[in-house]
Amino acid sequence: MVTTSEARVEAAFEELAVERPLLSKVKEFARKQPLGTFGAVIVLVMVFSALFADFIAPHDPINNSYEHILESYSSTYLLGTDQFGRDILSRIIYGARTALLVGFTAAIIGSVTGLVLGVASAFFGGRFDLLFQRVMDVFMAFPLIILALAVVSIFGTGIQNVIIAITIPFIPRCARVVRSSALAIREIPYIDAARANGFSNARIILRHMVPNVMAPFLIMITAFVGQAILLEASLSYLGLGVQEPVPAWGLMLQGGAEEYAESAPWVAIWPGVAVSLAVFGFNLFGDSVRDTLDPKLRSQ
Amino acid sequence: MWQYILKRLILMIPTLVGAAILIFFLLRLIPGDVCELKMAGAGLYADQEQIDICRAELGLDRSVMVQFWEFFSGFLVFDLGKSMWTGREITYEIGLRFQLSLQVAIMATLTATLIAIPLGTISAVKQNTWIDYFVRAFSIAGIAIPSFWLGIMIILGLLITTQAWFGTPWMPPIEYVSPLEDFWGNMSQLIWPAVATGYRYSAVATRMTRSALLEVLREDYIRTARAKGLMDKLIINRHALKNSMLPVVTVIGIEFAFLMGGLVVTEQVFNLNGLGKLFVESVTSQDFSMTQALVMVVVCVFIFTNFLVDIVYAWLDPRIRYA
Repeated sequence: MVTTSEARVEAAFEELAVERPLLSKVKEFARKQPLGTFGAVIVLVMVFSALFADFIAPHDPINNSYEHILESYSSTYLLGTDQFGRDILSRIIYGARTALLVGFTAAIIGSVTGLVLGVASAFFGGRFDLLFQRVMDVFMAFPLIILALAVVSIFGTGIQNVIIAITIPFIPRCARVVRSSALAIREIPYIDAARANGFSNARIILRHMVPNVMAPFLIMITAFVGQAILLEASLSYLGLGVQEPVPAWGLMLQGGAEEYAESAPWVAIWPGVAVSLAVFGFNLFGDSVRDTLDPKLRSQ
Repeated sequence: MWQYILKRLILMIPTLVGAAILIFFLLRLIPGDVCELKMAGAGLYADQEQIDICRAELGLDRSVMVQFWEFFSGFLVFDLGKSMWTGREITYEIGLRFQLSLQVAIMATLTATLIAIPLGTISAVKQNTWIDYFVRAFSIAGIAIPSFWLGIMIILGLLITTQAWFGTPWMPPIEYVSPLEDFWGNMSQLIWPAVATGYRYSAVATRMTRSALLEVLREDYIRTARAKGLMDKLIINRHALKNSMLPVVTVIGIEFAFLMGGLVVTEQVFNLNGLGKLFVESVTSQDFSMTQALVMVVVCVFIFTNFLVDIVYAWLDPRIRYA
């Protein structure tokens, strides 16, 4: 006779296995993290405008039209036009594309590289770890933008090089954090068990260690996306990032935003609002995700 | 304690050497050099012979290792060489601008501290009320708002208000004057850049104050203080705040080291002739010797500040010394 207790245990497992519907999870998140939900909404709006820029944007973001230079707010140009007669709203909408492209690519490449290096460093330990840490120390001694500028000066400007310049400083920052959580995992017996089974180092790192450092890693990615957007805007503002005529928020502030600030303040105001909102959104969202995932912070 | 200081000092050496190697060889990967750029800038046809002469003058024709050794050994005795672009001594160029950048950095740190500690405290004491939400949003906004845009907005605001009040738009002084000579003139030039940079740096410190204070407020001795009937104000000021300041001081110290990065953009907006602007100019004109010298200055400031923070920390908290 199959004992009822066994059946009960099985039922309990099944219940655990059944995922709660996504909607109820989202609702709970929204109730507990009002700020985080606000952030998520901003991020979603941004992703939406980047994906469907061709359909939403009222004008072409690149074509100059010299009969409409520096026009104020109107029903045709909702946020006015810049010094080349381009519609600011359309450039902001297309700018979301550039920002997200740079933000996600740099954040993902940088953090995945950092993840692998950090876990490997913790796994091998010993001399390799020591040497690796010193190399990371060197990279960390450069402020983000200084290192990014140095890289730009080597590879030159343009969108791909900006991505490289932003990715490189992210790698050591991610590796540092991942290494410290991986060090704790290395001591847990299942890693010894895996080693006793004769699994290869690569398999142990990728299958057994990497999945267990996912939580801090995912949080770091959202933070990196925000930072990357900000960094791209700063580089473009300095004239060392994305180049004209690509619509990018930092670039919109570079060409004469200050010169025309008094007579045409909309040129200077709106692209900055876009950058701030985007980074604000990613940070709020990332913060709340961390609070939700980390039980220690839940009560705070 | 001395042993700890010595250990930290020795650890600084590989980082410095590594940074020197990294920046030197990174810059040598650049296609083209300052000579080609100089010729192009003067509108001359890039004559190979001319370029070779220019390279020989700047010592760019020697082997990379010789050049590296010259750079590194010079760096050890504070001889940074000559700018490849202007031909002047780099120490002279840096000396011209150092005071301005240092003053903005100090003022920005003060601004950040003055914003962070009161706001963080209120936020922790009023945890999960609308005041707390507001402060948290305000500090995240500090991270999100690009300091260069904040700078543009401040300038715009000043232009509009001065126009309305005095009839003439505000003009910042262009030349840097020492605060000892003309205090108000100096302040009117540097206060706004300091605010724009300081707000950004207050963000991290505000959050740190909040979370450190929240942790301390849960301690038993705070409960004891409450139980014996002390006023809330006294508990916060005398018992809680003092014990939560350690991580906050650390964060402010480390942020100071990163200020240099923030100054790169702020100086551009406010058109200040400081180290940040010099750095951007050296990158655009491919002035290797200037770029690498400035990077080394930044790295040194960073390493040294970190060292000081560590020492202060170890002095305040003996557990660290023996770890």
